[in-house]
Amino acid sequence: MNFLFEADTWQEIYGSIRKNKIRTVITIIGVLWGIFLLVVLLGAARGMENGFKKIFGDFATNSVFVWTQATDTPFKGFQKGRTFRLNTRDIEALKSEYSNEIELLAPRNQTNNLIVHDFRSASYQVSGDYPVLDQIQKKSLIYGRFLNENDMSSAAKVTVISEEMYKQLFDKNEIPIGEYIKINSINYKVIGVYGPSSAIDLDGDTAYIPFTTFKKVYNTANNISWMVITAEEGVDIEQLEKDVLLTLKNLHKVHPDDKRAFGSFNLGVQIAKFTGFLTGMQFLTWFVGIATLIAGVFAIGNILLITVKERTKEIGIRRALGATPKNIRQQIILESVFLTTIAGMLGIIFGGFVLFLIDWKFGQGEDATLINPTVNIPIIMIAFATLIVLGTLIGLIPAHMATVVKPIEALREE
Amino acid sequence: MIRIEKMHKSYPIGKDSLHVLKGIDLHIKEGEFVSIMGSSGSGKSTLLNIVGLLDIHDEGNYYLNGELIKDMNEKKAAILRNKFLGFVFQSFNLISYKTALENVALPLYYKGINRKERLEIAMDYLDKVGLKQWANHLPNELSGGQKQRVAIARALVTKPKVVLADEPTGALDSTTTDSVMDLLKDINDEGMTVFVITHEEEVAEQTKRIVRLKDGVIISDELTNIGKAV
Repeated sequence: MNFLFEADTWQEIYGSIRKNKIRTVITIIGVLWGIFLLVVLLGAARGMENGFKKIFGDFATNSVFVWTQATDTPFKGFQKGRTFRLNTRDIEALKSEYSNEIELLAPRNQTNNLIVHDFRSASYQVSGDYPVLDQIQKKSLIYGRFLNENDMSSAAKVTVISEEMYKQLFDKNEIPIGEYIKINSINYKVIGVYGPSSAIDLDGDTAYIPFTTFKKVYNTANNISWMVITAEEGVDIEQLEKDVLLTLKNLHKVHPDDKRAFGSFNLGVQIAKFTGFLTGMQFLTWFVGIATLIAGVFAIGNILLITVKERTKEIGIRRALGATPKNIRQQIILESVFLTTIAGMLGIIFGGFVLFLIDWKFGQGEDATLINPTVNIPIIMIAFATLIVLGTLIGLIPAHMATVVKPIEALREE
Repeated sequence: MIRIEKMHKSYPIGKDSLHVLKGIDLHIKEGEFVSIMGSSGSGKSTLLNIVGLLDIHDEGNYYLNGELIKDMNEKKAAILRNKFLGFVFQSFNLISYKTALENVALPLYYKGINRKERLEIAMDYLDKVGLKQWANHLPNELSGGQKQRVAIARALVTKPKVVLADEPTGALDSTTTDSVMDLLKDINDEGMTVFVITHEEEVAEQTKRIVRLKDGVIISDELTNIGKAV
């Protein structure tokens, strides 16, 4: 392998590459395009995955929402079409029965009310919530804090509002914390303002008040309108949903096969669909990238083969001057490897540059669709190594062709 | 230096074969200046190719520098070519993307001489053929005569035993023909064996011995006036 480190070897290769500028450029473009596509596609797929992760990021992705509707099957003496409400006893039952499976459980009550501050007013959703909601659907607070246990136990008349509501109801530069707003003619102290979330937001602009306060003010007794359940790590969310529904049906004397009595939405299942889509996309990326790469390497082989034909005379001269077949073979294989290497490096650099542009154009700010479009270094290294190996192998064919031609035939005058 | 005994060579053409050399006996001693004359198809180029180890003979014996050439593989042939033989071609056969100096230095590359030394030696030989100031020009910037002188310098650079010239003046006008022939004469005067193939009577007359080939056999082998004078 000593010849690899001799300046002369490279001098010869440089000479022949410089001479055949067009084929050098075409060859390089072939492989460059392959690895460029691989890098950009993988990066974009990663960026998209990160984007999805961000959208779901602030929300517990293994959640199920459950609410009640009307029954569709008569059961235990009840007519069909019966309506009923979830209540706090259900919560206790679920918590005790599924203590190992359920991580968080947030019962919720919601209504719409006119909210007034000074002379301004607007109608917004009002939601009675447990502090645990903050763990399920993370709120990015601009001022103050979210609801806590103290607010719950004392049924305090406090509220957390959205930034949009703050803008509607308050003067510019006015500090909202400690101010009072009227919801349904009752004064609530503002204890926090949360910013908009780029992630999925189920509530929109909502004034959050303690669940206990809601119960008192709106006289909802033990009823709740719906609840959010999140599963512990490793629990099959789909199975949990079924189990919880069955338990609730039992508690509310609903036929086990009743399809309409409870409504539910399983976020985990929906996200699994997205993840499946992402996996499919990554597979496609690999497939396209590698296929292009192989096509590129074959293009190198093809072009070298043509140039060997073109250079028959040159090769003949070299052999008349004392070049052994081994000399010739080495030179052609090295040309192939050298071209693939350069092309590979350029492809990776351009790919990286385009990912950088994508990041700069689409990856910044709140609504970014592609976040951190990157490719792992080991993946690049493997692709690069494969490329060089393929380049060597494909170089063997023209190298062999070059030595098969006898110098006498190569030198024959036309 | 070169001894050929009863050499035969045929080329297959489709199902038939073309018998090109029909029993050639030739002995060329060291320091001779020989020209092979013959019309096209007489087998002179085939003879040169066999002598130059670019082709293999079918029958007979060929001794180069006392060594019997037999069972040549490409590698051995390449080494022998590099060691004993220098080629000058009708169409110069310079490598177009290399400068005159690099062209001259190329055989030394395959001999395994390092670049610095190689270029120094090559420059000496370019100087010898009077082209020192053209060393860094590409072949297409040189005239025909200059190209052939570069090719001769390239043939000489490995200090071969024999210089084989295949129609060295075939592509040149009469003035440059003379200058190239003078150069070959000088080389011969220094003791090098020179073997020229030509179909030009004027060129052959400037050598010392003319061998005439016709239809694959030698029809005459005589010394020229110059050769007799020596």
